[in-house]
Amino acid sequence: MQDFEPSIVAFVCNWCTYTASDLAGTSRLSYPKNVRLIRVMCTGMVDPQYVIKALLEGADGVLVSGCHPGDCHYINGNFKARRRIKLLKEILPQFGFAPERLRLTWIGASDGIQFAEIMHELVAQIKKLGPNEAKLKMVI
Amino acid sequence: MAKIWKFRTKDQTLSGSLQQLLRSILEMEEISAILVPRRLPMKNMVMPMLVSDPQQLDGVDPLSPAFPMNTAKIVSRLTRKPMGGKVVVVLRPCEIRAFVELVKLKQGHTDEIVIMAIDCLGAYKNSDYFKFVGTDVKASTQRFYQSVLSGRGAALDNVDLAEACKSCEYPVASHADILIGLYGVTTDDHFIVQALTPAGEAILTPLNLRGTQMPPERQKAIDDLIAARTAYRDQMFARTAEATASLEKLTTYLANCVNCYNCRVACPVCYCKECVFVTDVFNHEPAQYLRWAARKGVIKMPTDTIFYHITRLAHMSTACVGCGQCSNACPNDIPVMELFRTVAARTQKGFNYEAGRSLEEKPPLSEFRENEFNEVVGISV
Repeated sequence: MQDFEPSIVAFVCNWCTYTASDLAGTSRLSYPKNVRLIRVMCTGMVDPQYVIKALLEGADGVLVSGCHPGDCHYINGNFKARRRIKLLKEILPQFGFAPERLRLTWIGASDGIQFAEIMHELVAQIKKLGPNEAKLKMVI
Repeated sequence: MAKIWKFRTKDQTLSGSLQQLLRSILEMEEISAILVPRRLPMKNMVMPMLVSDPQQLDGVDPLSPAFPMNTAKIVSRLTRKPMGGKVVVVLRPCEIRAFVELVKLKQGHTDEIVIMAIDCLGAYKNSDYFKFVGTDVKASTQRFYQSVLSGRGAALDNVDLAEACKSCEYPVASHADILIGLYGVTTDDHFIVQALTPAGEAILTPLNLRGTQMPPERQKAIDDLIAARTAYRDQMFARTAEATASLEKLTTYLANCVNCYNCRVACPVCYCKECVFVTDVFNHEPAQYLRWAARKGVIKMPTDTIFYHITRLAHMSTACVGCGQCSNACPNDIPVMELFRTVAARTQKGFNYEAGRSLEEKPPLSEFRENEFNEVVGISV
């Protein structure tokens, strides 16, 4: 599994984590190309379906990332997201998905450095886990 | 303190006495109708029916082991807007618990109904019921409840209770206005009528029934039954968790699924008017299927089977009451209830929530606290 390059789908909120990724870019920081960002207006709009679909399509990891508690542009979308992640973390491990494949982080708009660091760390963790079963087996 | 009365069954059958009780309730001026399982006049089947004429109560059959649908859906239809009359609804405990969930999801009201719960003796799967019932529905029901209440069990003529009922730890309702007690009661002589709320008391008091105490052996009978059911349930959980412990195993478990979505239609708490799985979101472009097939070499048609079931788990498992209608509705005999209850036990425990337990607790996904579940945040293991 030396040359395993994971695909990680990251749902990032427009106001904080996406802005942080922008800041990371303008600060000339780099992060692994394994992470594919999908900008959403708020983590509160990430339906559990999006996460399930990504994992069943073979994503090796899914990250949902938004504003720190209290900073949500829409007041409380990130709190709703946290409940949904909690829910998925009760469901998905039953079917063999390692809990580490689904992550929720708070990365604020000014956290460019943290953004790059977390992406590096996340990719390293998923590399260690190996590929998602959905990539290897037939999913009906 | 709940008020308790006795209703004599000595001169007639248990079914007959229940009919008599319902008749005296329906004859009351303030009661417009009773929603109760009743025999269809044209076929050997028992269905929920809305009875307004006391003469039509002859065929009521609430102790029958038929369970063609979860009646919570019907009660929700009756109460989504003001009805203009008071209706007594006779429900199984799982139907009440499903209705509690629907009320919290704003799909019904309790204002115009009086809930009567009869100790649930369990039910057969639809297909098993048809094998069991024969031509005389009344006699088959009598044979069923006599066997259960005398302790001989529910297995008759090579059919047994549905798996959902065998693993049900709620045979006695806790959320009703009127409770009919059968377990631990000498039903050859009487059954217990209990008012659990002022609304129930207002209906029962004018009937001038004979007051009594709760028979001491009732609680033990109920506790023993629940203990046996819980043990059966836990075995079922362990077996199902093992059978679905990886994506490959889950795929095997659901291999017979043809995406008919009957389980979702039959589910009392799947209340969306239009499920996302029947919208255009899943009406993929024809070329998309070819692209998927090209990417993977082979895809099973119809697609999105596992996606559907896991999404449904995410959408409704916190409200799952375990009534088993999903399994009942499956044309290909997939043990859907087992899978959903196993996961629902996890999700409900995760939010310290129990579907149908109370009208006051909000559904877990409809609220949040500022400081909670911090263990799911961050990337440290």
